[in-house]
Amino acid sequence: MHPFAYVAPSTVAEAVAVLDEHGDRARPLAGGTDLLVKARANVWELDAVVDIKNIPELMNLSVGSDGLSIGAGVPCYQVYDNSEIAAEYPGIVDGVSIIGGIQVQSRAGLGGNLCNAAPSGDGICPLIVHSAVAKISGPSGDREVAVEDFATGPSRTVLGKGELLVSIEVPKPAANSGAAYTRFIPRNEMDIAVAGVGVFVQLDSSGQNFESAQIALASVGPTPILASAAGDSLVGKPVNDETIAAAAALAKEAATPITDMRGTVDQRKQLVEVLTGRMIKQAVERARG
Amino acid sequence: MTTNSPSKVHVTTTINGQQHELLVPPYMSLLDTLRELIGLTGTKEGCLDGNCGACTVSVDGRIVDSCLVLGAEVNGKNVNTVEGMATPEGLHPLQQAFLEEAALQCGICTPGFLVAAKGLLDNEPSPSEGRIRHWLAGNLCRCTGYDKIVRAVQKAID
Amino acid sequence: MVATFEPKTDYKVVGTRPIRHDGYDKVTGRAIYGGDMKLPGLIWGVMVRSPHAHANIKSIDTSAAEAMDGVFAVITGADMPKAPSKLVDLGEGNINFKWASNKLMADDKALYRGHPVAAIAATDRYLAEEAARKVVVEYEVLDSVTNVVDALKPDAPIILPDLVGDDLGEDVTNTNMAAHVRHEFGDVEGAFASAAHTIEREYNMQMVHQGYIEPHNATATWDEEDRIKIWTSTQGAFPARTQIAGILQVDVSRVKVTPMEIGGGFGGKIPVYLEPIAAILAKKSQRPVKMVMERTAVFETTGPTPGARMVIKLGADANGKLTVATSDIWFEAGANPGAFIGPAAMCIYAPYEIPNTRIDGWDVLVNKPKVAPYRAPGSPQVAFAMESAVDELCEEAGWDSFKFRVDNASKEGTRRGDGVLFSKIGMEEVLEAVKECDHWNSPLGDAPEGKVRGRGIANGYWFNIGLKSSANLAVNADGTVQLTEGSTDIGGSRTSMAMHVAEVLGIGAHDVRPTVGDTESVGYTDVTGGSRTTYATGYACWLAANNLVDVLKERVAVLWDIKPDDVDFNDGAFSSKAEAAKSIDFKELAGKLDDLGGPATSTGTVDLESAGDGFGMHIADIEIDLATGKSDIIRYTALQDVGTAIHPSYVEGQLQGGAVQGIGWALNEEYFMQDDGKMANSSFLDYRMPTSLDLPSIETVLVEVPNPLHPYGVRGVGEVPICPPVAAIANAIKDAIGTRLYSTPMNAGSILEALK
Repeated sequence: MHPFAYVAPSTVAEAVAVLDEHGDRARPLAGGTDLLVKARANVWELDAVVDIKNIPELMNLSVGSDGLSIGAGVPCYQVYDNSEIAAEYPGIVDGVSIIGGIQVQSRAGLGGNLCNAAPSGDGICPLIVHSAVAKISGPSGDREVAVEDFATGPSRTVLGKGELLVSIEVPKPAANSGAAYTRFIPRNEMDIAVAGVGVFVQLDSSGQNFESAQIALASVGPTPILASAAGDSLVGKPVNDETIAAAAALAKEAATPITDMRGTVDQRKQLVEVLTGRMIKQAVERARG
Repeated sequence: MTTNSPSKVHVTTTINGQQHELLVPPYMSLLDTLRELIGLTGTKEGCLDGNCGACTVSVDGRIVDSCLVLGAEVNGKNVNTVEGMATPEGLHPLQQAFLEEAALQCGICTPGFLVAAKGLLDNEPSPSEGRIRHWLAGNLCRCTGYDKIVRAVQKAID
Repeated sequence: MVATFEPKTDYKVVGTRPIRHDGYDKVTGRAIYGGDMKLPGLIWGVMVRSPHAHANIKSIDTSAAEAMDGVFAVITGADMPKAPSKLVDLGEGNINFKWASNKLMADDKALYRGHPVAAIAATDRYLAEEAARKVVVEYEVLDSVTNVVDALKPDAPIILPDLVGDDLGEDVTNTNMAAHVRHEFGDVEGAFASAAHTIEREYNMQMVHQGYIEPHNATATWDEEDRIKIWTSTQGAFPARTQIAGILQVDVSRVKVTPMEIGGGFGGKIPVYLEPIAAILAKKSQRPVKMVMERTAVFETTGPTPGARMVIKLGADANGKLTVATSDIWFEAGANPGAFIGPAAMCIYAPYEIPNTRIDGWDVLVNKPKVAPYRAPGSPQVAFAMESAVDELCEEAGWDSFKFRVDNASKEGTRRGDGVLFSKIGMEEVLEAVKECDHWNSPLGDAPEGKVRGRGIANGYWFNIGLKSSANLAVNADGTVQLTEGSTDIGGSRTSMAMHVAEVLGIGAHDVRPTVGDTESVGYTDVTGGSRTTYATGYACWLAANNLVDVLKERVAVLWDIKPDDVDFNDGAFSSKAEAAKSIDFKELAGKLDDLGGPATSTGTVDLESAGDGFGMHIADIEIDLATGKSDIIRYTALQDVGTAIHPSYVEGQLQGGAVQGIGWALNEEYFMQDDGKMANSSFLDYRMPTSLDLPSIETVLVEVPNPLHPYGVRGVGEVPICPPVAAIANAIKDAIGTRLYSTPMNAGSILEALK
C-alpha cells in the first residue's frame, strides 16, 4: 500500500480543494470498505484520503414530505434503522440490508456504493428505480446527476477532477407505490450479486393495475442497468402473472452479462427473469400495503 | 515509514474505557493501531479485506472490521475490544458460555465472534437463532461449523 | 509398539466435559498466537511473489528496494542453501528438501502464481511492502497447465525438467507425471464378466483450500553461534524443525521451534512456508524478523488439497453383493510431487467388503501451489466418487442404497483396497446407529412451492495414524501435576491429554496443568494431524501417568517402610497390600514428597504402528429452488465410530466442523482458475466458505466402539467427518432433482444447468 496522508475537512469546500489538488491520487473516505481494500491491493495508489465524515452535509439523513436525503457518508445501518425510511422506502432498505455483513453495514453506505460503481452494487438499483438524483459539488460549482447515469463503467463514474458526491436525493414515492430489491448469491450473506433486480411500481387506486413501473438490474452489465422497456411494458396493464412474466422476459432481454467466476451468461439471464418476476410481486404487495 | 512519509495523525481515543493519546501513521489500520501501537493483540487479523470478521471491534457501540478502519478515524471515539469484555467481577456471560459450550476450537475467530455477539445482545436482548446466525454471518469460523457458537450465544441470553 | 486393551466403562474423568485449560486465555484475547509474537527490535519481512503461474526468471533487480531507508535485508533464490534431492520421512508423508526449498523461494523459474522470488525485511510491514513493490523482476512467461488432463498431454509444458517420474517402477523423464501406483487383488476381469449389474462413471473435483482463518506466520532469530529460534503457528514443532533444518542445511539441534497458539490448520500448517525465509532474513539483517502471510497468498501458495479426476467401475451380483471395483484416479500435486494417491487408495473401498479390486493412481504436476494435507487428504475425493457410484449402481439395479451399504459393510477381517486387513472396526455399529437415529426416521417433509427436497447418505473412512509422541509429568506439592506434551493444540487437545493423566492418577482434569512444549522441553512428537493426537499423545500421557504411579509407589514404600511391590494404587489412593487400612491419597502424598526423595517426575513416549480405523455415515437433507438452482442444507446428521470420546464436546465439534468443511466443498468452494493460471477467487469474499447463515444445526451421534489399541479405547476422530459430506450432498441433490452432478462444486449454476 502506498503511504497516503489523512485529511478530515469539516466543509465541502475544503474537501473539494484537497481532491482537486491531488486528482486521482486522492479519494474520499466514507466507510472505507472498498477504498482501503483497493488501496491495500494497490489497485489505487493514493497520496491522500479525505475523510468526509466530519462534513455535516455529507452525514445528513432526513426524510420528509419532499423525499429522502441521504448524505454521501451515511452508513447503511442508519438507513435501515430508521423506521420512517423502512416504511416509505423498503426497496432501499432491502439494498442497504445486504451490503456486506453487519460490520460492513456499520461503515459502508449508499454514497460509497454509488461512487465505487461496481456493476453489482446492491444499493444502486433501488435508487435508480426511485429516480434518485446525486448531488455533486466540485471546483466549478454544484450539479445534479440522475443515479442511473452516475456510473459510466466498472469503477468509473461521472465525477470529474475535484468533484465530490454530497448526497443522494430520493423523491417521495407516489401513493399506492412499492419497491423491492433482491439479488442472487450462492451463500446467504457476504457475497457479490450474481444478478440483482430492483423494482418500483405505482398502482392505481384499485391496486389492480400498474400506473408506472421502473426496473433496474445489477451485475448483468458494465453498470447497473435501467430496464426501461421492461418497466414500461407494465404501464396501464393489470397486475397478473402474464403481465409480470412479460416484463420479466423483457428484463432478461435487457441484461447483457458476462461469464466469470461468479456466474455464466445463461445463468445470469435466467436469474434476471426469475428475480424480476419475484420483485414485481413483492413491490405490488408492498404497494397494496 | 521512515522516508517521504506523510505526517502522523494525533489521535485521542478511548479504548476499553482507557484514554490513549497516539501518533498514528495515516495509512495504518485500526487493527494495526490496536495490535502494534497499543499492544492489544486480542483482535486478530484474518483477511484484511473485511470478509472474515476476526478483527471485529466496536466503535461507539457499532461493530466494525478494524482492518477496514484507519486508526486516524477513531479520534474522539470509544473503541471496545475483546480485552475489554471481562470485568474484575468475572467473564462476560458470552465468554463464560463460549467456554461451557466448547464454542471454540482453534480460537482465532473467537475474539471477533465475542465482540460481534456482544454487539447483538447489547441491542437485542433475546434474538432468535435465525437472527443470531444472520448477525454473525460476517464472522467466519472454519473449525466448529458454528453450531456450538450459536448454542453459546443462546446460552448467554438465558 | 502394539498392545491391546480390554474396554472399560467406569471412568471418572474420561467422558466428562471440563472447561478447556487454555479457554480463559482464548476468550479474553490473552492467548498468544504466532502473529502476536513480539521481540525487542523486531522487524517485518514480506515476500515478492511471481504474478505468473509459470515463468523463467530472467533477472531480479533489488537495488531500489535495498537503497530505501529502513530496509535491512533483501534475499532471492540465490540466498537459499542448496538442499540435496533426498526424501526424508516426516511422520505423515515424506519431504524432499530440494523441492521443499524451491517451493519457498523460486530458483530460476516460477512454478505457480505467488511463488516467492525475493523477500525483504524492513522496520515495519508497510515499509517492507512498499520496498517489495520496488523489486524489478524480468520474466519470460511460459505456458501453464492447471489440470491433470492438460498436464499429461504429450505437448504439455514440463514443470520440473529434472523430474524422474515413477510409472509402476519404471523411470520416466520429460513428464509431469511424478508417480503411478497400482493395487490389485482377486480376479477383476472375471468378476466383471460374471457381474449381474455394472456401472462405470467419471467424477471430477476442483482443488479446494483448508481455509483456516489465521494466516501463516513466522518469527525468527539467528544468533551469533548460529542458533536459529523460530516462533510459529505449526501443527508440529518437531516436524517443522526437521523441515527448517533441512531447508537451511543445518543440524536439527541448531533450530529451536516454539509452537505458538495456532489458528487452524487442518493439515495445511504441517508444511513450513515462511519460517526458513524469516530465518535467512534474520541472519542477513541481524535482527528478529516476523512474517505474516497475506490472505491472497494463503490461497495462492499454501494448502490446498488436490483437484481430482476419477473413473470408477463397480460390479455386483444379482443378490446385491458388491463383487468387483476398479478405479483410476488422477490427483493434482501442484508444482512439486506429492498428491495423496496413497491415502486415496487406502480409503476408496474401505467401507465395503469387495473381493476383487484394482486401483491405479497418478500423482500429476500442475502450475498450482503444492498440495498440503487437508483433513483426510485424498479420502473425500474418492468418497465422492465411490459413494456416488454406489448410489448409481443401486438406482440402476433398483436396490435400497442404505440396505446395500449394510449388506456390503466392511468388518473385522475385510481387506482394504491396498491389501491391509481390518482389525476390530465400527462400520456395522455406525450403520446400526443410523437405523436408530431421529433424522433417519424422520420424513423429509414437503418443500414449499417452487422448491424440491432430497436426502442423501454416504459413508466415510480414514485410517488414522499412530507414530511418535512424548509427554513429561512433574508433581507439585499441592497435589497437582504439570504436564508438558509435544502436540500442538488446535482444538482442545491439551485438555484431552490432561484428562488421560487425571484418569490414571484419580485427580480432577483441572488438577493437571497441560503445556504444549517447544522442541527443547519435551521429546520428539509428530504432527497434530492424521487424527493421531488424542490417540497417540494421549497414550503417551497415559504411559507417563502410569510411570508416575510407579515412581510414587517407591516413595510410599519409603514412607511405610515396605517394598514398592507391596504398594497398591486404586482410585487415586495408594494402599498397602498387606494392611488394607494403610492408605494415602495422591494429593496428600504430593505434599510429603520433599521428605521422600524430592521431586517426582516421569515421562511417557510412544511410537505406535497402528491406530484403529475410523468410519462414519452422514445424512444430508437439501432443499433446492427450481428457478434459481439455490440449495439449502435443511437438516444434517453426522454419525461416527469415535472409539471412546475423551471430551465429548470437542469430539462433537470435530464432527460438526468436518461436516461443514465438506458441505462447503460440495456446494461452493473451488479454485476458480483463469486461463493464465491465476486463481480468480483468492479471497474469502469469492472463495465462499459457509457462514453461520448457510447452515442448520449439525446433529451428531457418537458411536463408541472402544479401540482395543488404546488404553481408553480412543480412535482418531478429526478426519472421518470431512469424507462423507460431498457424496451425501451429491446423492441428496440427485434425490431432489432427479439428475446427478459429477463434479464439484455443485453450486447453483451447475444445479440450474442440470435442471435444464
